[in-house]
Amino acid sequence: MNALMFGWEFPPHILGGLGTASYGLTKGMSKQGDMNITFVIPHPHGDEDQSFLHIIGANNVPIVWKENSWDHVNSRIGKTMHPDEYFQLRDNIRYDFRRIGTDELGCVNFSGVYPKNLMEEISNYEAVASVVAHKGGFDIIHSHDWLTYPAGIFAKHISGKPLVIHVHATDFDRSRGNVNPQVYDIERRGMDEADHIICVSNLTRQTVIEKYGQNPAKVSTVHNAVEPLADRDSFQKTPRKDKVVTFLGRITMQKGPEYFVEAAYRVLQKTRNVRFVMAGSGDMMNQMIHLAAARNIADKFHFTGFLRGKDVTEMLSESDVYIMPSVSEPFGISPLEAMQVGTPTIVSKQSGCAEILDNAIKIDYWDIDAMADAIHAIVSYPAMYKSLHEMGEDEVNRITWEAAGRKVRAIYNKVLGWN
Amino acid sequence: MKSICFFFQLHQPLRLKRYRFFEIGTDHYYYNDFANEDSVRYLADNCYLPANRTLLEMIQNTNGKFKVAFSISGVLLEQLEQYAPEVIDSFKELVDTGSVELLGEPYAHSLSALYDENEFKAQVKRHSQKIESLFGQTPKVFCNTELIYSDEIGEYISKLGFKGALLEGARHILGWKSANYTYKHPYVDLTLLPRNTEMSDNIAFRFSNWGWDQYPLTADKYINWVADMKDGEDFMVVGMNYGALGINNHADSGIFEFFKALPYQAMIKKVNFMTPSEVIAKSKNDDVLTTGEPISWADEEKDLSAWNGNDLQGEALQKLYAVSERVRLCTDRAIKYDWLNLQACDNFYYMSTKHFAGNTIAHTGPYESPYEAFMNYMNILSDFLQRVDEQYPTTIDNEELNSLLKTINNQESQIVELEEEIAKLKAGKKPAKAKEEPAAPKAKAEPKPKKAVAKKTTKK
Repeated sequence: MNALMFGWEFPPHILGGLGTASYGLTKGMSKQGDMNITFVIPHPHGDEDQSFLHIIGANNVPIVWKENSWDHVNSRIGKTMHPDEYFQLRDNIRYDFRRIGTDELGCVNFSGVYPKNLMEEISNYEAVASVVAHKGGFDIIHSHDWLTYPAGIFAKHISGKPLVIHVHATDFDRSRGNVNPQVYDIERRGMDEADHIICVSNLTRQTVIEKYGQNPAKVSTVHNAVEPLADRDSFQKTPRKDKVVTFLGRITMQKGPEYFVEAAYRVLQKTRNVRFVMAGSGDMMNQMIHLAAARNIADKFHFTGFLRGKDVTEMLSESDVYIMPSVSEPFGISPLEAMQVGTPTIVSKQSGCAEILDNAIKIDYWDIDAMADAIHAIVSYPAMYKSLHEMGEDEVNRITWEAAGRKVRAIYNKVLGWN
Repeated sequence: MKSICFFFQLHQPLRLKRYRFFEIGTDHYYYNDFANEDSVRYLADNCYLPANRTLLEMIQNTNGKFKVAFSISGVLLEQLEQYAPEVIDSFKELVDTGSVELLGEPYAHSLSALYDENEFKAQVKRHSQKIESLFGQTPKVFCNTELIYSDEIGEYISKLGFKGALLEGARHILGWKSANYTYKHPYVDLTLLPRNTEMSDNIAFRFSNWGWDQYPLTADKYINWVADMKDGEDFMVVGMNYGALGINNHADSGIFEFFKALPYQAMIKKVNFMTPSEVIAKSKNDDVLTTGEPISWADEEKDLSAWNGNDLQGEALQKLYAVSERVRLCTDRAIKYDWLNLQACDNFYYMSTKHFAGNTIAHTGPYESPYEAFMNYMNILSDFLQRVDEQYPTTIDNEELNSLLKTINNQESQIVELEEEIAKLKAGKKPAKAKEEPAAPKAKAEPKPKKAVAKKTTKK
């Protein structure tokens, strides 16, 4: 089976969870053997792992016919695309996109991030999709997140192949209810046009059904998974006197940082051998620094600033408790990453990952008492730490992308009527 | 003549309330009264009362030929007295027919048999007293918490004066032996009655299961199975949680009608009913049944893994039973009461992670997860341990404490004794004046060091 996927990010150059999920899912699906995936992203860097799929950089796809020699094309984009493919794609330009600004190859220069002119990039991406769709050679189209829905729809209309969209988040999660009408419109149109909708959690599925008015029959949940950690043994906890409780993520309203500070205050009323760490940065960071000071716990409450790469895993493995009190989280992969290094984890019930985790403590994000109680229990009762430490790691190692990939494949088969 | 011996276990723990760690040291009341009243009322209305009515009717209609045994935990009896006293009355009525036997068990439906012999004995004695005072019957046969049994527990039971004990007819201890016999304890005088797992589960778990190939289970089918026992097999012990009548099998399933039809079908097939004591009196078998490892009636494994199978349960049990000796020394009624209720085996069952991952059956009772059950229990236990520690600090070891307590408790009687002596000596003063002189200062001096000791202990 050949699938054409539209995405926005792909490791190693990622900005959020979307890239990680795209990578994991495609890799998991490739294990099925007969699955050929073509993955379109706006701006590849050439160091992406292409061993299990074929990546097309949208910034290498010509949308306006320009005459160029093979050697010139090779020197310009040879790093990320074979010139033959460029010429094949050029043969499939059917529409006049000269209104769009292109370079001498007839390609659009995508930023590949989330720029100010995001809406413009989304529609340019749509133009690229038309060229790729005309080239054909796929049975099904799969769009990851709202940025790529318009591209998926256009490709569907051109090719007549079914469209599956993958909802990694909705604007309701990002905005706590104050949705951007333009974004909502794109999301809604994508869902209406899709033949099937895949959501990363039942929580998101519920949002899609209720807030976007979708028929429940065409909305399925496929929970995310986590890539196994290759160098697990290099992360070991150093014994220290004080227990460390960690919050890690963007310090913003959606992640519920203020509940973490309040819970820390409760815990410190009774126990003194605990330290709290807020790792990350965000628009509410200064507010949190003030709050910690106002609660008079600043001596036990630490800020690390933004962490990346290996530092994240190190921080997680050095912690005694990892906590994610998100107000609304479509899935939330970081609790799974914490459990991979054996760190007991507390997640809010408003997080999608809570649906698949047994050996994690689940609390309502607003329930500061329960949160404090759970933190206290993990740092005070050794059996609690030990059980979550061992059984949590065990459990998370059983959650694989391969299984998620099989579910997606079953959906493809259903949509295509193949069996 | 084949016989069937029915027994039912009845227990309901005191539900613990949501107890956060910042309440440790400030709040010493641990129970969710509303939930307790609610669940006891629910059990009384849906199970105990209708089931008792059914059994009473059966006994009366058969002129006492239908017989049954009950094992009711002390913790439940206390709750019934408080929330549903009519259930106690209906049990009295049943006992008065003479066809009902009451079995012994640890008062708190605890795991004490595994952790603390003295505690176990104290609880069994207390339970027997409770049964005697309520129903005027002394338990002669023992039915331990969840049928937990091992050779060692059998020895305790025998020392407590019981003639027999019920145990699970677990395949791994019976081997080729049949469950439909009585057996002997390897080295003490105790008759063992294995429960027939298959026949018990047929009623308890499969009666309302539409997927079972024998569904629907009818009384004549059931009695036929009993009557079809091999030659030489005369008894079949069938036991279950009383909830099988009206809770696990809802009244609509026809469970009460099934029971009502049993005596008639039994009469046709010449099967009669016996109490455990009668089975023991008639038993002729001298075969020995032995198990070093404790067994129970739980799950497929028939072992203890449901109560102490993981680290959470291990820590909770270890912390709890570490203070048992100290709690037995104390006289504070509130502490004694909490001590019993915290021992109920259900508290540990809720912490079981055995069925947790990916299983649909919830074993966590009122809690959302085993972890939550553990957190709540440990918070309460921490407060309890603090209270015990305040009374008897852990810095003094048990023996020292014991001797100090003896001195304090005997203080009064010793003073009285010495005063009497003084009086006696004073009376005899005139004939022997010299004797009085050394006695007086001795008597006066005596209470002083004792008081100092008393002060010392309370301060610590």
